[in-house]
Amino acid sequence: MSALHEHAIHGDRPVVLEVRDLAVSYGKVEALHGIDLRIHRGEIVTVIGPNGAGKTTLLSALMGLLPARGDIVYLGEPQGPERSVESLVRHGMTLVPEKRELFGEMSVEDNLLLGAFDRYRGGHRDHLETMDQVFEIFPRLQERREQLAGTLSGGERQMLAMGRALMAKPRLLMLDEPSLGLAPLIIREIFRIVAELRKTGVAVLLVEQNARAALQVADYGYVLETGEISIEGPSATLASDPRVIESYLGLGGRH
Amino acid sequence: MDLQIALLLGQDGITNGAIYALLALALVLVFAVTRVIFIPQGEFVAFGALTLASLQAGKLPGTLWLLLGLGAAVALVEVASALRDRHTRRIPAILLLNCVLPLILAGLLFVLSPANLPLALQVVLSLVLVVPLGPMIYRLAFQPIAEASVLVLLIVAVAVHVTLVGLGLLFSFTFGETLLQGQTILVVASSAVLIVALYFFFERTIHGKALRATAMNRTGARLMGISASMAGKQCFTLAALIGAFSGVLIAPITTIYYDSGFLIGLKGFVGAIVGGLASYPVAAAGAMLVGLLESYASFWASAFKEVIVFTLIIPVLLWRSLKTHHVDEEE
Repeated sequence: MSALHEHAIHGDRPVVLEVRDLAVSYGKVEALHGIDLRIHRGEIVTVIGPNGAGKTTLLSALMGLLPARGDIVYLGEPQGPERSVESLVRHGMTLVPEKRELFGEMSVEDNLLLGAFDRYRGGHRDHLETMDQVFEIFPRLQERREQLAGTLSGGERQMLAMGRALMAKPRLLMLDEPSLGLAPLIIREIFRIVAELRKTGVAVLLVEQNARAALQVADYGYVLETGEISIEGPSATLASDPRVIESYLGLGGRH
Repeated sequence: MDLQIALLLGQDGITNGAIYALLALALVLVFAVTRVIFIPQGEFVAFGALTLASLQAGKLPGTLWLLLGLGAAVALVEVASALRDRHTRRIPAILLLNCVLPLILAGLLFVLSPANLPLALQVVLSLVLVVPLGPMIYRLAFQPIAEASVLVLLIVAVAVHVTLVGLGLLFSFTFGETLLQGQTILVVASSAVLIVALYFFFERTIHGKALRATAMNRTGARLMGISASMAGKQCFTLAALIGAFSGVLIAPITTIYYDSGFLIGLKGFVGAIVGGLASYPVAAAGAMLVGLLESYASFWASAFKEVIVFTLIIPVLLWRSLKTHHVDEEE
């Protein structure tokens, strides 16, 4: 992509995450290779693709849960081999995993509080204000604040997982299949919230099988197939790309 | 048996039961957070009691050498890993924490004559000497294999136990009973205070909640920046504190040998098993039951006292395995 084109899409917003030639292997099997990816501040970038293409692997590698080869530059800092989940969390990277990974036997409020654990340990004492902001975004969580996380419905769990991630005041929020297993109405609600997050300046990396919903909300998209990026471009361009329509959007059907 | 004897035995049982309950809580905590079945828990009891006894006798406690040795070993391991990750800025803090502070403590012990200090200060000194051993042992023995299976962790725990008992023999001497008036009440009251304090720590503080979160969902906790090694160190510190505190409490009413800790710890373990190594209140109640059972058993069949207590584990395990269905982890 030319520099001019780049500027036209992203404006002057700084790059939050840049990945070059990323590869991840499970033993001898290469799950991802040659991944190039870039996310700017206040931008929603989506990675769509079929099951088993390596989408979750990509997020796990970026978050430091899996060892990866290649160059990862986060907030202008090249990430060495010593990068860890803990150090990335400290620098504002958060992942809302596909399985949500909530603390089931704790209240909604305690789950949210622990989202701010790292900031708290770093000396910040603004977790109550942050929690109010999260409650503004997800009023449902405020109604359920005393309830145990394990007793929430699927949609509420996704909201809690996102709210907990927002408690860390992230600069990069990575969402793994937020629509998974949810009813269409809730999916619409979740994606509306994701779109609103753009205003707060957080960069969002959204991994989805629900390509239609993801491309509607995202600014830029990548198609990940069998461990490689096959197509990329602004969401509108992708949504009208015949290959994407053929494989992921269908004739008005939901993938 | 008349009522007076029954009451005396009950009092004895409750006193011991309170200590077992503390140890059972520590075992449940360590297992929940790190999956380690912490066999050496009892050693902290013996170390706590023996350290206090040494201080009172005006001798240099053997645990000081253990602290200096383990501190040096931890410093070595940490500095090596800091150099590998090129985090050289961390080195001064590592040396301060693991070498300089223990050396300062050693200097204090040489300068002050601990035998003449008030009892409260002797107790604090004993705790300061013994408690850091907990996180040090975690760093050396368990952190490198934190992802290993429960069985491997158990085998390492047994190895740590054997090592610590052996080291205990090095600085061994027995500490006889010096019956203190009201010590039994003190034991029960202090245990209750500690249990309430632990409850507040886990229910009301963010660090306590972080430990519970690690026990519930390791991946979720890591994603919040709660590192497994930090949680491990914290709960080993708590376990060592609970152990050493119990040791200091029972020192005046029990004869402690270098290897007494094992049996005491094992009885706490029976209590913890009653709670399935998962429930704190049931573990504490189970431990009280062990204490009472032991006390009455020693009256009726003193030769079989330990046998009766440890046989309790068989019906408990049968009941648990019949009653509990294997449940997959949440989600």
